[in-house]
Amino acid sequence: MRARIFSHARRGLTRPKHRSPPALRSVQHPGIRAGSSLSQRPDAQFLAFPGAVKSAFTSSLKFSVPNEYPAMETYRAVDQHGEVVDRSFTPDLSDDKVVRIYKNMLLISTMDMIMFDAQRQGRISFYMVSAGEEALTVGSASVLEKGDVVFCQYREQGVFVERGFGLDEFMNQLFANNKDPGRGRNMPVHYGSAALNIHTISSPLATQLPQAAGAAYALKMQRAIDPSIPPRVVVAYFGEGAASEGDFHAALNIAATRSCPAIYICRNNGYAISTPTLDQYRGDGIASRGIGYGIETIRVDGNDIWAVREATKKARELALQDGGKPVLIEAMTYRVSHHSTSDDSFAYRAKVEVEDWKRRDNPIARLRKWMEAKGIWSDAKEKESRESIRRDVLKAFSEAEKVQKPPIRYMFEDVYEEMTPELKEQMAELKDHLEKYPGEYELAEFEGGRDSLNP
Amino acid sequence: MANRFHRLTLARHRRLLDSHTRYYASQAALASTPVRRLNVPIEFGSTPLLHHTAKTLSKTPGLPSSGASSRLNLFQAVNAALRTALAASDRVLCFGEDVAFGGVFRCTAGLQDEFGKLRVFNTPLTEQGIVGAAIGAAAEGRKPVVEIQFADYVFPAFDQIVNEAAKFRYREGETGANLGGLVIRMPCGGVGHGALYHTQSPEALFCHVPGFRVVMPRSPSQAKGLLLSAILESKDPVIFMEPKILYRAAVEEVPDEAYTLPLSKAEVIKTGADLTIISYGRPLYMCAAAIEAAEKDRPGLSVELVDLRTIYPWDRQTVIESVVKTGRAIVVHESMVNFGVGAEIAATVQEAGFLRLKAPVKRIAGLTTHTGLAYEKYVLPDVARIYDGILATVDY
Repeated sequence: MRARIFSHARRGLTRPKHRSPPALRSVQHPGIRAGSSLSQRPDAQFLAFPGAVKSAFTSSLKFSVPNEYPAMETYRAVDQHGEVVDRSFTPDLSDDKVVRIYKNMLLISTMDMIMFDAQRQGRISFYMVSAGEEALTVGSASVLEKGDVVFCQYREQGVFVERGFGLDEFMNQLFANNKDPGRGRNMPVHYGSAALNIHTISSPLATQLPQAAGAAYALKMQRAIDPSIPPRVVVAYFGEGAASEGDFHAALNIAATRSCPAIYICRNNGYAISTPTLDQYRGDGIASRGIGYGIETIRVDGNDIWAVREATKKARELALQDGGKPVLIEAMTYRVSHHSTSDDSFAYRAKVEVEDWKRRDNPIARLRKWMEAKGIWSDAKEKESRESIRRDVLKAFSEAEKVQKPPIRYMFEDVYEEMTPELKEQMAELKDHLEKYPGEYELAEFEGGRDSLNP
Repeated sequence: MANRFHRLTLARHRRLLDSHTRYYASQAALASTPVRRLNVPIEFGSTPLLHHTAKTLSKTPGLPSSGASSRLNLFQAVNAALRTALAASDRVLCFGEDVAFGGVFRCTAGLQDEFGKLRVFNTPLTEQGIVGAAIGAAAEGRKPVVEIQFADYVFPAFDQIVNEAAKFRYREGETGANLGGLVIRMPCGGVGHGALYHTQSPEALFCHVPGFRVVMPRSPSQAKGLLLSAILESKDPVIFMEPKILYRAAVEEVPDEAYTLPLSKAEVIKTGADLTIISYGRPLYMCAAAIEAAEKDRPGLSVELVDLRTIYPWDRQTVIESVVKTGRAIVVHESMVNFGVGAEIAATVQEAGFLRLKAPVKRIAGLTTHTGLAYEKYVLPDVARIYDGILATVDY
């Protein structure tokens, strides 16, 4: 439309004065509600304002006070003792599958401990553990379809492992070696996988959320054009801190107005680095905001893997109804760990607070109790699993550490699809420089050494 | 039970890891022992850029040298400046993400205890909110000094910076409203392992739109004086970029008393006759090392080193005078070379002194790519590249 207006201007054509410009005319499209069409019936109890079409009139001057509303409830299926509290709940998994999921939780927990230590020893540059959040990531991912598209924040190793990311893949990324699909460019824990439909993690917070809305819209369009494609959703994970970024609000609003099949899963773990939720927001968590955006929302106990599974399963159904719509899940949990290896959380929270939480509730212990009550788990199995997982992690660790760094040429590639003349020149200059000063650089660690910089 | 188990397994991991560590550490040591002369770690304990004793303070223009001084690193000097400003004016506020407990780099440590939660506080995690709120507070007479946790995360605030703060005085016209006292602090630059989102140095982006003074200090004593100028004296808003690698690495004597250093004024750190190097922030240490090596290798060669300090509006006079004197210039910075600070300086210098130039103005800067984790040291300037640039320019 805009182009048409400009082309008129360029050709010096004059529009008839009484006609609105083409761009404005398009607004009068039938089916699009215009303000003037909302006439009020005589004695109506509400006025259909264009911005609030079902608001009843009241003669009582009263502000809504947030504290007068009850907090949104938190759904749980199984309590912290491993006992079922939702009588309508029946596990939808075979015993074998429950054990597999449990082992995935153990795996990330074990990998986290080892890699945290490895960072402390200087073996990798950075790490983030997800202690306390294993149920929410593994549980939600366990009910998604392989074709669903996932955007993560950075503490979702459970999602990766549940979707089939191998220990070797974790380690290759963490060591930024030649087998890392991110080509050695990203900080540790910024995983990505084309095969598993998980976009590569980016450090800035909440940027993935509006992207998820657009991606969900793309999936919806794709299916509208070709109905033989199985229905798919987009799932985006984020923390309660990230929900303060403008992008969070933009995301929910655009996902709602464009009816995007996107599931937004908030990990509300109580802390954004040092900032407690009291400094982060004053409303009823993140869930209450979903209502404001007209989005179906649920709050769940994030330490209860069954609750997370049930909620995510249902959310996926909802997201695909009525041509698609967004759903918000707020999973309540607690960040047992430090924010990252760069953080010492005891500078801002008491150690006893963390110890209390660990004693009170632990998502892994909760599922273990449930399994033990069902007679499918034992101390012996626990011990054996933990040991074999630890062996697997260390094996993958030492194998990945041996792999060379990627070719140094990768520093210039993928900025554009094809290297620009400017970049080619810089690459040639770097090669000349490295040849001139061989003693100043250690290129042996890079696959192919200096030769990878050949044109 | 669970805790005991946890401790036990942790101890086991450590043993297993240790056995591997020893193996790989010894392998690495045997692998190669290149003869390094230029790209060796910066010797912060002896670099001429820092005041290792109070005796040299008098040699730096603007630094008080008669009173007491303390050994501070960069984050301590920033902290000292913030404390001084908060005490000097009750209009000063400090806020940002994680500021209450001291900030992730400890720059605001102890300030909430000392000045209270009304003046020093945490904000929600929203850079646009932080900068927007700071603009509003400054418009109503406060002096908000806000922290963006990393320069890499300033971009959600770009609308507030470019369209609001930078144009504020111009837009208000005769109302006289302005944002003097607004300071946006942010750690920037490489540390070796920050990859794409903990390494960037986006000063050129801020310099493209006039309205802000964009400052980057090279050292603790410079940081204290420049930051106090920005907060207490500047009538224009300031973006204050702190090279985060220097927070702990750069330690020097910093005068205890309150003092300010002028904004938009460069400093000639070292005089020379044959070549002028213009830089700012962390690369100045590499420039100093490269100059030392080049002057040693070429007896008679002398190189002038200029710290821009304020990147925009910059001290054109000092730079042009120096280049007209030496006839040669190199600009060094970490941020990308393309459309960067070096391009602006090179263009200005050739316009002002074309007939005095004996060689093209050279730019040694970040390459036109992103700072991938494994490649950072090849992307950013190092001593060898600067050394080579010095010789290439004087031999042109």
